[in-house]
Amino acid sequence: MVWAAGAALALVLLVTLTALYVVFANGLVVFWPHPIEQISLADGSKLLGERREADTDPLTGRVRLKFYCANMEDMPPFRWIYEDEIVSRSRPPEVFKLDRVANLHYIGYLKEIRLPSRDAGQSDLSAKHTPLSPTDSIGPNIRRVQAELSEASLCGGLPLIPAASDAPITNSQASASQSEQLFWAIRWAKRWEEESVAPWRQKENDLARQLNDQIKYALIEARYQLQELLRSGRSETDPDCQTLAQQIEQLTEQEGRLKEQAHQLATQRAQLEAELRKNVAVFVDVHGREKLIPLVDIVRFSTPNSMSLWAKWRYYLAKWWELLSDQPREANQDGGIFPAILGTVLLVFLMAIVAFPLGVLAGVYLGEYARDNLLVRWVRVAVNNLAGIPSIVYGIFGLGFFIYLCGGTLDAWFYPARMDAREPVFGQPCILWAALTLGLLTLPVVIVSTEEALRQIPREIREGSYALGATKLQTLFRLLLPMASPGIMTGFILAMARAVGEVAPLMITGAVKSAPPPLSDQFPFIRLDRQFMHLGYHILDISCKSPNVEATKGLVYVTTLLLLAIVLVLTSTAIWLRNRMRKRYYVRAI
Amino acid sequence: MSEQFKRPLPTSETRLSIDNNLSAGLSGGKPGAEGLADNLSAAGEISLGLESQSCPEPHSASSAKEVRSLVAGALADRTPSNPQSSPPDPIVRIRNLNLYYGSVHALVDITMDIPRHLVTALIGPSGCGKSTLLRCLNRMNDLIDGVRTTGVIELDGQNILDPSVDVIALRRKVGMVFQKPTPFPKTVYENIAYGLRLAGIRQRAVLDEIVQRSLCRAALWEEVKDRLHESALGLSGGQHQRLCIARAIAVQPEIILMDEPCSALDPRSTARIEDLIAELRGEYTIVIVTHNMQQAARVSDYTGFLYEGRLIEFGKTEQIFTAPKHPETEDYITGRFG
Repeated sequence: MVWAAGAALALVLLVTLTALYVVFANGLVVFWPHPIEQISLADGSKLLGERREADTDPLTGRVRLKFYCANMEDMPPFRWIYEDEIVSRSRPPEVFKLDRVANLHYIGYLKEIRLPSRDAGQSDLSAKHTPLSPTDSIGPNIRRVQAELSEASLCGGLPLIPAASDAPITNSQASASQSEQLFWAIRWAKRWEEESVAPWRQKENDLARQLNDQIKYALIEARYQLQELLRSGRSETDPDCQTLAQQIEQLTEQEGRLKEQAHQLATQRAQLEAELRKNVAVFVDVHGREKLIPLVDIVRFSTPNSMSLWAKWRYYLAKWWELLSDQPREANQDGGIFPAILGTVLLVFLMAIVAFPLGVLAGVYLGEYARDNLLVRWVRVAVNNLAGIPSIVYGIFGLGFFIYLCGGTLDAWFYPARMDAREPVFGQPCILWAALTLGLLTLPVVIVSTEEALRQIPREIREGSYALGATKLQTLFRLLLPMASPGIMTGFILAMARAVGEVAPLMITGAVKSAPPPLSDQFPFIRLDRQFMHLGYHILDISCKSPNVEATKGLVYVTTLLLLAIVLVLTSTAIWLRNRMRKRYYVRAI
Repeated sequence: MSEQFKRPLPTSETRLSIDNNLSAGLSGGKPGAEGLADNLSAAGEISLGLESQSCPEPHSASSAKEVRSLVAGALADRTPSNPQSSPPDPIVRIRNLNLYYGSVHALVDITMDIPRHLVTALIGPSGCGKSTLLRCLNRMNDLIDGVRTTGVIELDGQNILDPSVDVIALRRKVGMVFQKPTPFPKTVYENIAYGLRLAGIRQRAVLDEIVQRSLCRAALWEEVKDRLHESALGLSGGQHQRLCIARAIAVQPEIILMDEPCSALDPRSTARIEDLIAELRGEYTIVIVTHNMQQAARVSDYTGFLYEGRLIEFGKTEQIFTAPKHPETEDYITGRFG
């Protein structure tokens, strides 16, 4: 028996440790810059890519290698080759790997950098693209950027660099200067974008918001009122109706004007952007095909074969920082997962705010006030069974009860215009309903642990308190709840751990593939009516629903790692709190 | 200072004067110092006499039957409403108290007077209703479902069984110490201050003073004065019980009920608690339930013997232990049953 029990424990430990090892070993190396190999095959073809994995072909017994060659718009990004077909392999130091805004990575050689906008001249530039007000600051800024560029001894036309594939540069110094040039050029382009294009975008966004918030719903409201009046038997010549009709006319006119303005803005912005996108870096791939990549599309670049260890570390940390702090790009295939992290944490906190007080109160009632009769016993059984209901059932309940019933009612009362526009505020999946659904799911755990913790306090403690003239309430707040707090905290920990990992009910009640963080810049700083991203759902999305499942494999590991880290941080904080309370309120079994 | 208290309490000045004049006794049955000395010597003799005896053996079924018939016989020729040797100046008058746990008649027609500022012991075999009677005095039985009481318990002329009585105020007047020490998981200081804070006292200076005084009265001050702000759970068992007594004293009750306060303690701690009871006598009315007859004899002025829910005999301790009027009392205290 001892052996069986020990073996079972060892098995469980082994499985857990293996899972952790896989997640950590794969997750931690994802962002490390892998060397890029240039390979010539026996059939004369060439490829340039990162070696990903190797295995033995079960049919022929030959060793296969998988390479990630990127450049997905030109060719399939992953290629399997047989090792024995390789004629030569090398690691050219001047290879660049780019993270792009679109189409993921690019691997190739830098040929030249074209900056037509800059070559057009400084004075010309600021005059030609007179941006929006305040205009004054922009011209000098561009000049300042250019001054920086000249400091980097790049002014006066960039030297042409010979195509690397033809005449490989073995001198790593040249490569360094290449990447330096690229760095400054990208920086210049980004700065320019920030100062000349971004304000236009801002203005466009403001206009769109104005259109949506002020005009659209006012129009709907007015039309709705008019309809109501007509339906109630008023004629169209009625003064009220006429006022409304006038109002509608005005609003429509205003809407048209604003739309026209928005269109103009968009056109102008597009022009500016097109101008900006003429500033390109020219790359060639391993087959000698040229590729013009606008500088603003390059998020980050690296030269993995010639980077120093220090540079590799910087690159690695920068990638992690991007992951933690940035928005996702390209259907979650790249970029950061900040919205998902924030969404998860916000969701759990919202849930805690709702579920924990409610659960503790219910547990206190069951443990302290309820008499021991059949009804209470039934309630207790029901609460215990609630914990065992599959979470998807909670999801469906949340959809039916919270979203359709509660949300629909709220909308009918407070946002009738948005209802009519088929744009419900609360009558749709959102973080509020997801948090409430999760709260419902974790409630039984909290109730049971609270009741259990209260029951473990010896009767003598209560009587001791009553004998000193304490009321039931005073005893509860001054003695029982503090003494039960470690047990209640244990319930919180279990509930929280469950809530962080739960995905099924969220898919129905508010988690989406891509959404901005549900925050706002006005009080109360959180938009409860927004949909949100969630780490668990994100893992499902990038591992099963991504357009390129193979390319996001690394991100799956990383995201899993992060989810585990969040669970660990939340629960260890709670455990630390619990231990502190336990130390303080520990009562010997007298 | 006293305006702060919900219940008018003696000011600290008067309390301190009480402390100083403890030996003079306060309206007790007999002058405090002499009475105490008499009592102690008498108790000492009796305890010496009883020391050689072993623990009472569990009685057999037949003897129990005999005892029951004896009791029934004794009760037949006794009028329960007539308290035997009623003490002077009673603080509590119990008249025809009956208590039922559901259908169980746990206390039957109890009538007794509890003397002011003296120690009253309740003795009797397990399950005879001593603790239940004690818990009637501060209505702790209210906390148990299905308890019903009839009769009258007068405290200072007020019937405390009346439903309109403020139980909270009553419990502040009638403190209680339990069989198991129940220190709260707080600091020593906060344990003592608990009842005071409940009463709404917040000034630090007042709290400090009462905490110190209570700990001194409970003979605990010297041991804990350096660790007032450490957890009370770190004290020893005997210290816990004295802490509980100090906690009860802190709210300055008139009566302290002690429900077998020494049964969980070692002999040395027991001795200290008994010394403490002797010291508190004269200032507080103490009702103590005990299984230990030596203890009852040592510490009490009056003793009541309960058996199967009835008060068989109540009188001065010397009289109960030297010349019990009822044969079952004699049987019990000499260890023939119980």
